[in-house]
Amino acid sequence: MNAIDLPLNNHDNPDWDSGTAELGHLLKPGELDLSHKVILYLEDITVSFDGFRALNKLSLAIDAGELRCIIGPNGAGKTTMMDVITGKTRPDEGSVFFGQTIDLTRLSEPEIAHVGIGRKFQKPTIFENHTVFENLELAMKTDKRVWRSLFAQLDSAAGDRIAETLQLIRLDAQADRLAGLLSHGQKQWLEIGMLLMQEPKLLLLDEPVAGMTDEETERTGELFLSLAGKHSLVVVEHDMAFVKQLGSKVTVLHEGSVLAEGTLEEVQSDARVIEVYLGR
Amino acid sequence: MRPSPARTPLIVRLGQSFDMRSWQMAGLFAAFALFAVPIMHLALPPDHPLHLSTYFITLIGKILCYAIVAVAMDLIWGYGGILSLGHGLFFALGGYAFGMYLMRQIGRDGSYQSDLPDFMVFLDWKELPWFWVGSDSFVWVALLVLVVPALIAFVFGYFAFRSRIKGVYFSIITQALTYAAMLLFFRNETGFGGNNGFTDFKRILGYSITAPETRVVLFGLSALTLLGTLLLARTLVTSKYGRILTAIRDAESRVMFIGYNPLWYKLFVWTLSALLCAVAGALYVPQVGIINPSEMSVANSIEIAIWVAVGGRGTLIGPVIGAFIVNLAKSWFTVSFPEYWLFFLGTLFIVATLYLPQGIVGLCRKLRAGMKRDRHPLAPAAKGVQA
Repeated sequence: MNAIDLPLNNHDNPDWDSGTAELGHLLKPGELDLSHKVILYLEDITVSFDGFRALNKLSLAIDAGELRCIIGPNGAGKTTMMDVITGKTRPDEGSVFFGQTIDLTRLSEPEIAHVGIGRKFQKPTIFENHTVFENLELAMKTDKRVWRSLFAQLDSAAGDRIAETLQLIRLDAQADRLAGLLSHGQKQWLEIGMLLMQEPKLLLLDEPVAGMTDEETERTGELFLSLAGKHSLVVVEHDMAFVKQLGSKVTVLHEGSVLAEGTLEEVQSDARVIEVYLGR
Repeated sequence: MRPSPARTPLIVRLGQSFDMRSWQMAGLFAAFALFAVPIMHLALPPDHPLHLSTYFITLIGKILCYAIVAVAMDLIWGYGGILSLGHGLFFALGGYAFGMYLMRQIGRDGSYQSDLPDFMVFLDWKELPWFWVGSDSFVWVALLVLVVPALIAFVFGYFAFRSRIKGVYFSIITQALTYAAMLLFFRNETGFGGNNGFTDFKRILGYSITAPETRVVLFGLSALTLLGTLLLARTLVTSKYGRILTAIRDAESRVMFIGYNPLWYKLFVWTLSALLCAVAGALYVPQVGIINPSEMSVANSIEIAIWVAVGGRGTLIGPVIGAFIVNLAKSWFTVSFPEYWLFFLGTLFIVATLYLPQGIVGLCRKLRAGMKRDRHPLAPAAKGVQA
């Protein structure tokens, strides 16, 4: 189990010393506890916007090292769920735990990034006026406080890590180009590369292959499969061929809660899922 | 920046943040301000064609202070994407803080021959208010110049950025802030001379404030401060901090989700910018000889934004050029066609916004890139202006 460096102290978080005491293992505040093999719990999450329930008593658990696909029609609450996990939206009710002990509803977006959750947005969000290299440099896991950044210099180990990631996302020839000049698919890959530079435990990927060519999509699938095990991945996707390639457990969301869960074949033959997708 | 095997000491990094040509320009500028100007002003007789008049020294000295403010504004607006329309407040606060010292230096040479500044005698005050205590000490006042505006900026910025106030809402709030401060300083009871402010200064550190030698020293200090500000700003924007700052400008949510807290990044540059404005204000007041609440007027703060827009935001030399062009034009217009100045300023702003998104510096770059392309027709088009 790796210690996770939490930049801001977590002493006001009372949850870290409760819950798993019966196992008798010592735990530092802010450390990710995977003793129950579950990395993410969502329990009875409800989020309403002006009376509209975007999430309705949503419960979900992701295992450590698991690759999970989330599908569902538009408005099913997929993006809202990601917003809740990453701290952008606070749930009206329910709890979100990272491992056994870290209560995500109490942390800010940067703190959640530091405990080990990386997020890729639906629309590729990169720094268009920075070079590809700089995009990766800024994302790299390190002390991200102002004072450190003022005096930060790249050492060769960091340079090597960036070079490795550049190769992995096949942008090594583009390292010094402005990121805004990349093609749509390359931007998606750059954002995935930035996520990897963060060394997250859990990756949340919102429609990662939108706008990619078939070949790019396939390579992305291979990449994700190679990451599973070491990382946990939650992939929100509309592209059924891609979901099939990943071959993972699938969760279907509908109107803010889980409609069905199982292999892709199982959920595709589920009568309620068919009804939701094809209309009644 | 590419990785290097060993850490570079800070002093070397400062040196490296200007390239060779920038250092040459800086050296020329310093030589002009520190040697040529004093000689041309003090040693040459007034009828000599190369003699620099007091008017020239005061005007350029004033614009040097404005240029510092413009660079400070560019740091938050051009690089941080935060448009402040209340930066005149920090400039004025620095000026007022230093003005307190200048008022105390008048001593008993005022109209009422009192130890208290004239306006206090006029209000029938018997002793100095608490916030004037220590204002006869240069060191204490220099500290006030650095600390008070920065502290106000820090507290204001903390609440504004923590509440995620952005864009035009932030601009409007800063406008309201400087306007409120102006109304406060207009009141006699506030203790800063009401609508007359501070004036009739006599001495600075014991030297006559109107002596040509004093003017030349203040001019040189302003020039050096401007150079220091440019060097600091260049180091800042080429550091990792600077790259994060422009990243916050372009995609704040991405910055948050990779683990940086934008609050502290914005707050740092915001406070630094206010501090630089305050230093400029403190240099400005002894040269101009007056500080009053009109420096806090909304129009003044908007003018700062215009200097930066005209010169080219997101470039550091642009705001300096903008401050010079607009203010030289202003001093000519307000003498020759005083009634048309505001029309000219408005037109300039509209033209700069519509046709010169990168200001004059951007225009020059475009022209140069165009000339290069003509010579090498196969060369790729120039990259967009780098942040």
